[in-house]
Amino acid sequence: MSIIELKNVSKTFDAKKSNIHALSNIDLCVEEGEIFGVIGLSGAGKSTLVRCMNLLEKPTDGEILIDGKNLLKLSNRELRLMRREIGMIFQHFNLLMQRNVLDNVCFPMEIAGVSKAEARKRAKQYLDIVGLSDKAKAYPVQLSGGQKQRVAIARTLASNPRIILCDEATSALDPQTTGTILNLLKQINKEYQITVVVITHEMRVVEEICDRVAVLDHGVLAEVGDVKEVFKAPKSNAAKALLLERKIKQLEGDVANDI
Amino acid sequence: MQNLGIDVLFKGTNMMRLLGGLWVSLRISLIAVLFSILLGVPLGILMSRKSRIIRAITRLYLEIVRIMPQMVLLFIVFFGTTRVFGWNLDAEVASVIVFSFWGCAEMSDLVRGALISIPKHQYESAKALGMNSLTVFVFIILPQTIRRLLPLSINLVTRMIKTTSLVMMIGVVEVLKVGQQIIEANRTSSPNAAFGVYGTVLLLYFIGCWPISMLSKYLEKKWNNV
Repeated sequence: MSIIELKNVSKTFDAKKSNIHALSNIDLCVEEGEIFGVIGLSGAGKSTLVRCMNLLEKPTDGEILIDGKNLLKLSNRELRLMRREIGMIFQHFNLLMQRNVLDNVCFPMEIAGVSKAEARKRAKQYLDIVGLSDKAKAYPVQLSGGQKQRVAIARTLASNPRIILCDEATSALDPQTTGTILNLLKQINKEYQITVVVITHEMRVVEEICDRVAVLDHGVLAEVGDVKEVFKAPKSNAAKALLLERKIKQLEGDVANDI
Repeated sequence: MQNLGIDVLFKGTNMMRLLGGLWVSLRISLIAVLFSILLGVPLGILMSRKSRIIRAITRLYLEIVRIMPQMVLLFIVFFGTTRVFGWNLDAEVASVIVFSFWGCAEMSDLVRGALISIPKHQYESAKALGMNSLTVFVFIILPQTIRRLLPLSINLVTRMIKTTSLVMMIGVVEVLKVGQQIIEANRTSSPNAAFGVYGTVLLLYFIGCWPISMLSKYLEKKWNNV
C-alpha cells in the first residue's frame, strides 16, 4: 500500500471572472520510504498539490489517502493528529521570531502535551541531527537561511513524522546551502525511513535526491516516473522544457566559468 | 519685555485648578480608551472574517466615524439625543460615549489591519504542526498581532487625549476650559494672561502625552531587536 495516494484530485479556485483550475484529476501514489519530487514551472499547481496532501488546501473533488485513511473523512481532531505525522517545511522557514532555536523545536511538542523536560531533551537530539547543537540559544534573526531551514527541519522531526513535505524548501537558499539541506533530507530519509515529498521548480533538486518524480503542467499531471528515466527520455513537453532550461543554465554557468 | 502673564497661575488655587482640569481630560480619554480596547479588539477580529454582511456593517460604521467631525458627534449625543429621548445625560458621560464610539472604530480597524498583515503561511505552518484554530490564534497570531498593534494604538491614545479639548464645547470643564476661565477672571488685572495660561495648558498636554509616546517608541525599539 502506498503511503500517500491521491485519487482523481481536482482543485478549483473561484475567481471573479473565471474559475482557476489549479489541479485537474490528479492520480498519484507515493511509496513509503522514497523521496518523491514534484516539479513544474511556477503556477503549475505544485504548491496546491502538496497542500492537499495534509489538507491545508481542501480539494474540490477526489480522495486523499494517507496510509489508506481518507483525510477528507477524518474529524477535526483526527486530522490534527494525522497532521503531526505529516511534517512540512516551507520556503520561508516560518519560525517563531520571539523564541530561541531550542524553544522553536520544543513548541510542537509543548502543544502536543509533552512535558517540558522531555521536550527539551528530545529537542536537543533533533538539533544534533540537523547539526545545530551549538545554536540552541540563538534567535532566528541571528541565523543564516540554511540554518533557519535546519531549525525548521528539527521542529518538524519533533512531531515524529512519517512523511515530510517540502514546499520549495531550498528556493530561498544559495546553491551551496541548497546542497547541504538536500543532503540532510536524504540522510533523514535513509536513517529514519521518513518519506519525503519535495516540491520544486529546480531540476537540480530532483536530480540530486529524488527517486521518482512527477511533472506538473498547468494543473495536469504530465508525467510520472523514475528520475533517471524522465531525465534520459522525457515524454511530456513540460519535462522537456524543464530539462532544456536546466541545460541552458548549465551552459551559462560554463560560459561564465570560461570567461 | 512685556509681562508674560505667568503670574496669574500663582494666584489663589489657579495651578491646582488647571491640574484638576487636566485630570478631567485624561479621565475622559482613558475611560474611552478602555472601552475602545474592550469593544474594538473583538470587533476587529470579527472584521477580519470574510463574511460580507459583517464587513458591510462594520465598513458603514467606520465610514460614519471617519466622516463625522467629533464635535458634531458630541453635539448630537449631548444636545440631540437628550431632547429627542428626553433623558438626562451628563456632559462627561456624553463625551465618554462619543470618544468610545470613535476609538472603538479606529481600534477595530487597527486590529483588522494587524491581523490581515500576518502572512498566510504563518497560519499554514502552525496548522501543519497539528495545532487547532484556537492554539494557532493564541500562540502564533496574537503575539505577532500585538507587536504590530501596540505602537499604532498608543498613537491613537495620544490623539484621543488631544481631541478631548473639544468637550468643553458641551460644557465639560476640562483643562482648556479652566484655562479660559482663569483668563476671563483676570482680564483687567493681568491682560497678558492668555499667553501664560495657554502656554501652560500646552505644557500640560505635553506632560500627558509625551510619556505615552516614549513608551511606544521604547516598545517598538525593543521588539525590533528580537
